[in-house]
Amino acid sequence: MTTVVILGVGGLGCPAALALAEEVPGIRLILVDPDRVERSNLARQILFTDGDVGEPKAIVAARRLGELVPGAQAEPRVAAFRPETAAALLAGCQLVLDGTDEFETRFAVNDAARASGIPLVHGAVLGWRGQILTVLPGTGSCLRCLFEGPPPRGAVPTCAEAGVVAPLCGVVGAAMASEAGRLLRGESPRWAGRLHQWDALHSKERDVRVPPRPDCPTCAVAPRAALRHL
Amino acid sequence: MPIVVKIPAPLRPLTQGQSEVTVENAATVAAAVEDLSRRYPGLRERLLDDKGALRRYVNIFRNDEDIRHGKSLQTSLSEGDKLTIVPAIAGG
Repeated sequence: MTTVVILGVGGLGCPAALALAEEVPGIRLILVDPDRVERSNLARQILFTDGDVGEPKAIVAARRLGELVPGAQAEPRVAAFRPETAAALLAGCQLVLDGTDEFETRFAVNDAARASGIPLVHGAVLGWRGQILTVLPGTGSCLRCLFEGPPPRGAVPTCAEAGVVAPLCGVVGAAMASEAGRLLRGESPRWAGRLHQWDALHSKERDVRVPPRPDCPTCAVAPRAALRHL
Repeated sequence: MPIVVKIPAPLRPLTQGQSEVTVENAATVAAAVEDLSRRYPGLRERLLDDKGALRRYVNIFRNDEDIRHGKSLQTSLSEGDKLTIVPAIAGG
């Protein structure tokens, strides 16, 4: 059975989970999020309704996916992704999608996926901007090749602090699901080694190349074995 | 021909909302950053750390090339080059 872990069941995780469940029949999705539904989430976190406010996101999302996509097996994990929880949360999966909302978590996910030989589809949004980057095991570049590390807390606003354009979450989340589908089918990924960016305010998209950084500490310890078979 | 610098949305409050600004006569990325910093106070602090190095969570591309893979801030510029500032974002 194909198992995909979706980290963060928010603005990106909700549309990504729904699109992936529809695209890959019988898929097993592990939905990971420590938070509860808030009313301010509802405009962009499309698996939740007003009646879900106060409930754990992972549990509500798993239940809702089961209702919307019969055959999809969604399992909730009300947990935060941390280096110490990484092994348990990623155990047995073929792919991980990162839609979390903290810098430290982003880099921890990148490092864990790289070390475990699990492909990663990274998506992020802030304000009018969105981005996606695919990190393949054992080859190419990773998030830490692009940025050396997370900013200190407070230096850069989070989604919760700066806001995000709700429809852009659907665009980026669907792109993450599309990229995941390509990887699961054994097709070439679109955004391995390329950071794709959306500027929703000006309706512009662009790619920038992300080559491996020779002194990247994550890649230095990552297994260089052949690509893990999906 | 001036160097075009693309400003990401989080930094546009510092450039009076402009998504693109231009720099004249900058031979290196460092010179371009210094020129921008004079015209747009606060920008330098967002791009460079206390030691004058590019911040860990900010990247600058010359055309399609990550300057960290070359000479970083000492990367040379030629007429018609385009610089793109890419700060890390983490919202989900």
